[in-house]
Amino acid sequence: MPFFAPSDDPGPDFAALAKIQGLAPIAPLSAVDDRLRITHATTVVAVRYVDGVVMAGDRRATSGNIISHRAIEKVFPADRHSGVAIAGAAGPAMEMVKLFQLQLEHYEKVEGSQLSLEGKANQLGQMVRNNLPAAMQGLVVVPIFAGFDVRRETGRLFQYDITGGRYEESNFATSGSGGSLAGSVVKMKFHEGLTRDEAVDLVITALFEAADEDSATGGPDMVRGIYPVVATITLDGFERVLDAEIAERFVGLLDVLASRDGGGRISETATETAGGAL
Amino acid sequence: MSMPFYVAPEQVMKDRADYARKGIARGRSLVAVQFAGGIAIVAENPSTTLRKVSEIYDRIAFAGVGKYNEFDQLRIAGVRAADLKGFSYSREDVDARSLGNQYAQILGQVFTHEMKPMEVEILVAEVGVAEPDDQFFHILYDGTVMDENRFTVLGGDADAIASRLEATWAPGLDLLSVLALAVAALAGPDRSLVASDLEVAVLDRGAQRRSFRRIERAELPAFLPEA
Repeated sequence: MPFFAPSDDPGPDFAALAKIQGLAPIAPLSAVDDRLRITHATTVVAVRYVDGVVMAGDRRATSGNIISHRAIEKVFPADRHSGVAIAGAAGPAMEMVKLFQLQLEHYEKVEGSQLSLEGKANQLGQMVRNNLPAAMQGLVVVPIFAGFDVRRETGRLFQYDITGGRYEESNFATSGSGGSLAGSVVKMKFHEGLTRDEAVDLVITALFEAADEDSATGGPDMVRGIYPVVATITLDGFERVLDAEIAERFVGLLDVLASRDGGGRISETATETAGGAL
Repeated sequence: MSMPFYVAPEQVMKDRADYARKGIARGRSLVAVQFAGGIAIVAENPSTTLRKVSEIYDRIAFAGVGKYNEFDQLRIAGVRAADLKGFSYSREDVDARSLGNQYAQILGQVFTHEMKPMEVEILVAEVGVAEPDDQFFHILYDGTVMDENRFTVLGGDADAIASRLEATWAPGLDLLSVLALAVAALAGPDRSLVASDLEVAVLDRGAQRRSFRRIERAELPAFLPEA
């Protein structure tokens, strides 16, 4: 059982405690991705809406051009009122999430009160910063953090860079290889006062479009019944949207996309149409 | 050079035990009682900020009586041990028995080797899936561990409180009735305790993961019988 003198007591900081106990991972000394293909997780997105935030992530993990997992999860509850979504090297990212969840819970138990949402966002920033030596060797982890701020009564979103830079976004945040594609979709359709239905449809559309263009992002797998993980975070807490609802919304989305073309199916790219006309 | 007086080891131990018991008896008592929906822990504690009862892990609670700074140090060590174990192995590998044994080692060590024993009595309670799986480890200032069931009482007036509980406790009670009898047992025949004298927490048997729930002072009157 760990006891400390007051001068070197780690306080409520679990990461520091784990480090003292020798449980912190060590960064590799040379580039990892050159010799070994690292499993990568890709597109995640979070959008603010009237009741809080919605977070979503596709289910694909890739190693180079190989699909290593079809049903990996990238969106996790951090605690009751916040969530974290990951992109980058899957192994270190999962470990970071586990440590982050425990960090928040440990603080709450030791101190007897919760960290503020701002405090949680800063903690995650420090973890990303601590990962920089590993990131320099190819093990990049770039999460997004979102939560419902019970003091301000609003949803809030935070994006990071590999140095641990923490950027609060007002409307939406994305990360991963398909992040900018998903971000463009959200940016086009975002408006103040999105309802839950609109927000869930929006993140699904964003992930669909990202998967359409980025091979490292997985689309809805209707054959196997694998759909993106979507969760809402409101005053009532973190709640995962059921797969059945996501499946239904995808059917709706495909109908909309197909009806645009008039032919009852989603159109191919314009190049093929042009080629056909020649 | 002065010669220290010879003191028989029996006497040393007896003096230390008396010292610890006196310290513990000065504080107020606490009970942990099993009920259908989990384990209720009721402490006589006028403070809303200095807690006697707290969460250790998903299904494990800690409670202490005696000297606050000493049992709070033990509480934090327990949270650390549990979180480290859950981090390096798995959440399901964290159990009350192992924590109880570690506490017993520390208290025993301090009792025999330090200048002064810890003036505390602590409880590590774990709520099970069903009532027979509930565990209460009651650990004394000298490291003595008692594995109890149904209910346990910590503090100076333990025997009298335990006999009152013995007379009123029954299996399968609901939360409100078990709180009523726990409060009555703590108060005794000559006093009555109100919400502002009490700290109450519950380990909820049906919880998905973290089962510890504090019943805050403000919501407590709704859980207590009308005075």
